Amino acid sequence: MIKTLMGAVAPLSRDRSPGQGTGPVVSMLKRLTTAQMQMLVMVAALLIIAVFFTLATDGSFISSRNVSNLIRQTAIVGILAIGMVFVIISAEIDLSVGSMMGLLGGIAAIMDVWYGVPLPLTILITLASGLLLGLFNGWWVAYQKVPSFIVTLAGMLAFRGALVGLTDGSTVAPTSGALSSIGQSYLPGGWGWSFGILVGAGLLLSVMKKRGSQRLHDLKPAPVAFDYGKAGVTVLALLGLLWVLEEYRGLPTPVLIMAALILVMTLVSRRTAFGRRIYAIGGNLEAARMSGVNVEMNKMLVFGLNGLIVAIAALILTSRLGAGSPSAGNMAELDAIAACVIGGTSLAGGIGSVFGAIMGALIMASLDNGMSMLDVPTFWQMIVKGGILLLAVWMDAKTRK
Amino acid sequence: MSEFLLELRNIVKEFSGVKALNGVTLTVKPGEVVSLCGENGSGKSTLMKVVSGVWPHGSYSGEIIFDGRHLEAKGIRDSEAVGIAIIHQELALVKEMTVLENIFLGNEITHWGRLNTEAMFKRTQELLKRVQLDINPDTPLKELGVGQQQLVEIAKALNKNARLLILDEPTSSLTEREIELLLEIVRQLRREGISCVYISHKLNEVLALSDRVTVIRDGELIGTCDADSLTQNDIIQMMVGRELDQLFPREAHPIGDVILEVNRAYACKPGASRPQVDDISFNLRKGEILGIAGLVGSGRTELMQCLFGCYEGESRVDITLHGRKLNITNSREALGAGIAMVPEDRKRHGIVPIMSVGRNMTLSKLDFYSRWVSGVNEQAEYVDVLDYIRRLTVKTASTELAIKNLSGGNQQKVILAKLLMTEPEVLILDEPTRGIDVGAKYEIYKLMYELVNQGMSIIMVSSELPEVLGISDRVLVMHEGRLKGEFDHRGLTQEMIMDCAIAEEIRSHD
Ligand SMILES: Nc1ncnc2c1ncn2[C@@H]1O[C@H](COP(=O)(O)OP(=O)(O)OP(=O)(O)O)[C@@H](O)[C@H]1O
Ligand SMILES: [Mg+2]
Repeated sequence: MIKTLMGAVAPLSRDRSPGQGTGPVVSMLKRLTTAQMQMLVMVAALLIIAVFFTLATDGSFISSRNVSNLIRQTAIVGILAIGMVFVIISAEIDLSVGSMMGLLGGIAAIMDVWYGVPLPLTILITLASGLLLGLFNGWWVAYQKVPSFIVTLAGMLAFRGALVGLTDGSTVAPTSGALSSIGQSYLPGGWGWSFGILVGAGLLLSVMKKRGSQRLHDLKPAPVAFDYGKAGVTVLALLGLLWVLEEYRGLPTPVLIMAALILVMTLVSRRTAFGRRIYAIGGNLEAARMSGVNVEMNKMLVFGLNGLIVAIAALILTSRLGAGSPSAGNMAELDAIAACVIGGTSLAGGIGSVFGAIMGALIMASLDNGMSMLDVPTFWQMIVKGGILLLAVWMDAKTRK
Repeated sequence: MSEFLLELRNIVKEFSGVKALNGVTLTVKPGEVVSLCGENGSGKSTLMKVVSGVWPHGSYSGEIIFDGRHLEAKGIRDSEAVGIAIIHQELALVKEMTVLENIFLGNEITHWGRLNTEAMFKRTQELLKRVQLDINPDTPLKELGVGQQQLVEIAKALNKNARLLILDEPTSSLTEREIELLLEIVRQLRREGISCVYISHKLNEVLALSDRVTVIRDGELIGTCDADSLTQNDIIQMMVGRELDQLFPREAHPIGDVILEVNRAYACKPGASRPQVDDISFNLRKGEILGIAGLVGSGRTELMQCLFGCYEGESRVDITLHGRKLNITNSREALGAGIAMVPEDRKRHGIVPIMSVGRNMTLSKLDFYSRWVSGVNEQAEYVDVLDYIRRLTVKTASTELAIKNLSGGNQQKVILAKLLMTEPEVLILDEPTRGIDVGAKYEIYKLMYELVNQGMSIIMVSSELPEVLGISDRVLVMHEGRLKGEFDHRGLTQEMIMDCAIAEEIRSHD
């Protein structure tokens, strides 16, 4: 019998696989996970867009003034996208954020303009209202098992209605100087730089700590060049951006708020049990439940968190407009959803990241901004943005296969 | 013209640099059944995905020759067109559709765009007759048992005029009788000239069915032999590279006092005429392995779901653990009380497919690693994950790989690790070795004894009688939602269990 065995053994080809022996860049790329690869693609897409518009506008696109404006314009959709990405990762949707942002902004404006409530209290009440509205949505979805599409569609109508009712359909203006400063002010130089340096140092420190403890546990860390290279590039990009902003008027306050949210929410999504559970729920709800995850509670919290973030966006919006308007935030939910999706979030749940959502928002805002500079008619802008959305999702579907 | 219907030459398939197949050669003659054996993760499913076009031409190297022609399939449709049909390890039928709709899904017979229901109905009846399934084509699929669904899959493949049928672990969730039926149907098809590649970890089936056996290990071909010249031990030796002297490593271990008492368990789906679990009481001792046998559908899984708080429907049960009454309404509370369960349906209840191996493994224990300010301690987590990967010999390229990319058996090990990590007092295993190879089975049995020696108690539901007999200290037999018998393992035989499990059924049928 052994003889038949031996006879049947096929000659083994011992040729080397094509990946081996090529340069360090290739081996570096091979280390990247699909998610990291996707980020890279998105950064590349953004760069291509930037280069294109820069050439087309003879450099005005990357003037410090325009970059500053562009990023400031991104802030609101960016912040909404940060909240939305959590909702979508948990395999739900929130169509009510536009109306909710309008309503919360209206509440803030009414307190500020009509009743002269001091700013801290206005902020507190607005945030609390956002949290409550979000939890309300979440309660219907998680505990009453009404599909989120319906719950938030209802919210979209009802919140807008409440806003029109509260404001009597008229604009509530002008907001106090204190409130206006949230959305309109720039922070003096020192602020921006210290924030940037703090974040940079934090990043490098965390890489060092990770490598240190990997060594401690006898695990093989990735090559030094890879880990520090990644962190270095990120820090450089950050400082470069800060430098450009400082060239103009400094770091816009909304951008600082967005940056802080990116940081905190990235940590929440990656490093906390809550974040992990959201991914698990979106990935396979039944399995998450059987693993002891409190599915209902976590879903409700996701909506609550989203409400809180919408409130932050609402404060910025009202302050930037200097008014509460009954049509404020109209259709903003669609921009937020589009940003998430362009940023690689899967509507089926379980996949997505805060950074991706922000990149998605930036890509959309860059297109808006660049095309406006080129005097592209509005209808073309809409068509192009629609096309980009379709293209992004199509590419994602292709690469995932 | 060669004598082979299918010839695979030197297939190499890599997943991001890791070779899952390394120069595998396999041949199938017309009207021949070739079994493919190998450990979990040895590349069996991957090889069959190459053949069936799931992995398109170009994503692997090597040649596929089918019926004398090079096959360069770009997708499943191309390979189906030449007559290759595959039935995957995980069934791929639509539960909400009828048998007929499933069989014709994607291949509907139409007349000017309108469905030709009559023709499809007739054809379905013929097909069902060929697989000896006596049901109405309009039966919703979800009303069928797993075994019947398996036969529907085969009917679906036959509908595509398959000349080569690939069955990837078709019997892992079938009862003995269903397995017999399935084997008989495969033999019938062979008589009709249809070839078959058969993948199974059940070596007795392999020997009973196949003409030749091909064994692979770690993606490399070990050899191909005539089934007549082989014994189970030969195959095991080829698969694992060493001899396995016994299949069940029974060990004497101390059994303590009763720790768990289950009283008057009852479970019923809303609207059902008969409860799935009907007034069952039993107890479990410290350090005991309690086997639960019975036919598929006898309510074993549902009973376990009651204990673990995840039964979907109306359920009642009194559970006392260490003299303390428990009120378990969901799985979280069960885990908190020290009861863990490895679910039967791995795909639906076990894995989060797109999450990594590591994250799946620690999902039930996140609170342990989690701190209020600093979040999840990933280093501590990683160390534990690696530890369990080693202990259960999980075969994975890295802890970061999405669990859906693991072979079926290795997914099972990750789920087992997930629950062991919660360090439960009572561990419920529902079909723990489904789809697991002989070597790994042995490892899992050994682990079970290690666990009971440390004072854990285990309830094991299993459809494999040798396993129930070989591992349990005590065996309960269920029948139609009721407890039919309780046996000590000493002196217990398969016949005694089977008699108990089906006795009443026979009586009620005449
Ligand atoms: N899409 C994929 N990406 C990465 N690795 C993969 C992928 N699919 C399979 N693998 C790896 O290829 C190897 C072979 O897997 P395969 O599913 O073919 O095993 P198998 O022999 O069918 O095992 P089992 O008996 O457990 O079903 C495994 O190590 C698995 O992790
Ligand atoms: Mg397999």
